[in-house]
Amino acid sequence: MDRLYFEDFAPGEIVEYGDTPVTAEAIVEFAREFDPQPFHLDAEAARESVVGGLIASGWHTAAMLMRMNCDGFLNRSASQGGPGVEELVWLKPVRPGDRLRARRTTLSARASRSRPNVGLVEFLFEVLNQNAEIVMTQKNVAFILRRAAGEAAP
Amino acid sequence: MIGLYYEDHQVGRTTTIGAREFTREAIIAFARAYDPQPFHLDDAAGAASLFGSLCASGWHTASVCMRLVVDFREAQRAAAAARGEPLPTRGVGLGVRDLRWISPVRPGDVVTYSVRVESMRETKRPQWGVIGFQATGVDQSGREVLSYFSHGLFARRGH
Repeated sequence: MDRLYFEDFAPGEIVEYGDTPVTAEAIVEFAREFDPQPFHLDAEAARESVVGGLIASGWHTAAMLMRMNCDGFLNRSASQGGPGVEELVWLKPVRPGDRLRARRTTLSARASRSRPNVGLVEFLFEVLNQNAEIVMTQKNVAFILRRAAGEAAP
Repeated sequence: MIGLYYEDHQVGRTTTIGAREFTREAIIAFARAYDPQPFHLDDAAGAASLFGSLCASGWHTASVCMRLVVDFREAQRAAAAARGEPLPTRGVGLGVRDLRWISPVRPGDVVTYSVRVESMRETKRPQWGVIGFQATGVDQSGREVLSYFSHGLFARRGH
């Protein structure tokens, strides 16, 4: 498949991809390392918490979106990372047995002022569960090489 | 200062919550699982990227901040429990704004994290308040590598 460059991201385009099954093991594995709170670690303890059962760390959901983005388009694009994330909102709990997918809307695309070989593409990502409920949204800019720059590279 | 209850916080107070070295192994392990882009996995690909070398996923540097916040808070809970004090219900995070990956975190870098209380507000539910924190990560040379604003629910005293 052809590599995706800056020019391939058209504002207004909406694409869906990914199918990530969420297991209790994956929730606990992430939480042990990065967010060891009882409602991310232990189903029993989680039942007594405000969330009423085991849920994924919000940072885990963000990491799962990152993985879907890599597999869904970034790793066949000329992406060069990004400066950060404008907004990340956790709307609903993510629980064992959920299946997550991503919806990407391209909001805007412009050339970099300081680096002529790079374009800035602004995306809105929505993470949906199996009931088509939006569990997380994320808005961020990605640096993506322009086609002429990419094709000139060795 | 990070505290246990909503009322234990004070706008403007900063707490250093801890530091973490980012080893090559940890950078690559995180990337393999969650962010397998070439510049987070491989030295040669990192050198050829805008970053100029292998560097940690930004989600890795942010997730480590979460870990250190949790460790700090759990230690406070343990200390309060040892004193026989009541423990608040744990609240959840609501979201993050202005997450910035300011400069790359490379193998061997040590990032020190701190959080400052930015805002406090009561909610319609008397048992919960919302606290906003500005989190910052600085590497061993004093360069800022990460910052973000996060807000979440904190239990109020007496409810």
